[in-house]
Amino acid sequence: MIPASFDYVAADSTSDAIGLLAEHGDDAKVLAGGHSLLPMMKLRLAQPSVLIDIGRVFELAGITATADELIIGATTRHAALASSELVRADAPLLAHAASLVGDPQIRHRGTIGGSLAHADPAADLPMAVVALGGTLTLSGPSGSRQVPADEFFLGYFETALAEDELLTSVRVPRRPGVPWGYQKFVRRANDWAIVGAAAIAGRVALANMGPMPLRARAAEDALAGGASAAEAARLAAEGTSAPEDIHADRAYREHLARVLTERALEHRSSAAHAG
Amino acid sequence: MRVEFTVNGEPRSADVEPRTLLVHFLREQCGLRAANIGCDTTSCGACTVLLDGESVKSCTVLVAQAAGQEVTTAEGLAPPGELHPVQRAFRAEHGLQCGFCTPGMVMASVSLLAENPHPTEQQVREGLEGNLCRCTGYHNIVRAVLTAAASDPAEVTA
Repeated sequence: MIPASFDYVAADSTSDAIGLLAEHGDDAKVLAGGHSLLPMMKLRLAQPSVLIDIGRVFELAGITATADELIIGATTRHAALASSELVRADAPLLAHAASLVGDPQIRHRGTIGGSLAHADPAADLPMAVVALGGTLTLSGPSGSRQVPADEFFLGYFETALAEDELLTSVRVPRRPGVPWGYQKFVRRANDWAIVGAAAIAGRVALANMGPMPLRARAAEDALAGGASAAEAARLAAEGTSAPEDIHADRAYREHLARVLTERALEHRSSAAHAG
Repeated sequence: MRVEFTVNGEPRSADVEPRTLLVHFLREQCGLRAANIGCDTTSCGACTVLLDGESVKSCTVLVAQAAGQEVTTAEGLAPPGELHPVQRAFRAEHGLQCGFCTPGMVMASVSLLAENPHPTEQQVREGLEGNLCRCTGYHNIVRAVLTAAASDPAEVTA
């Protein structure tokens, strides 16, 4: 399969990329690692007339730290996130999530910004960033704005990004030593989660339990009220709207959400392929 | 559009449509047929090549994205007539049956060993999760990677 024809432009800076987005409008898509976009283009699920490649905008890649936050550039690849000593020490939930995306080849190419902007509700990094209470920086012609992860994901593959905005970085709190848990239920290697659950510091996020990564708010409220992990986890599927597909019906996903939330709240993390 | 990059150590200047995928360019323009097109959906790993030393699935990389970079295919692992230690180990351990997945398996293994020269068996199995083999049941492939890891590391990761 080959994508439909498009024009290709390589941005050489963040401002250049934003200028190109303004110029080409909604006919354009931003290309980072291309590991969500190119498969969709091959299947004609996406048919942009222009690709703006930000893969060589070096200022968009890399991980830096302030006193209380890690700042992760949008084109930081999953492999870099998973192996970063800084991320492993101060946001290990995020490093672990990155290590479970796809497979090694995909992790060599895919980027955190691409995964977040693509907004697949079953993906690892959107759930992880919601669990961590991350903040996304969106930059457009009139400047930058900060959007909490909770407000970034609006629906099925839908985000708060405007047509002329570029996701430039993600900030997550530094929490060395804070217990966390991450559970991903899959049936095949390198697959998306049938259901996922991530927990840290009283927050619980779920993957593939609705059109976007969701907070398990009833479970969080119970925890805040002093409930045990098991008690809180029984409420994990409240307020969700799990999809039904060949892998699982809604009732089964709700069961998984409860089981995986309990494991995540017990600070257990699934190994690469644990089901 | 014109794209300049290196394939197996040789500079290449390609005049391609922007939508040209790396695997098609390698197979059709360079005559390098080691990278196979299996699933064509970033799943099977048969098209795995190295981009600046890292394994990638060339069915999901545009030639344009490889600009300025070094592409290595199985043909470029060792001089003609010689075998890379990973290729040698696949032969010694019979890490193949039909051979279709083998070039991708070898390239993924080279990348894996470059990142982790002494993997455990579990790490090898996880490190090859992006490559499907429908013949072997993987046992001899895993054994081949462990055998390669036990040989001279400088030679393996070269």
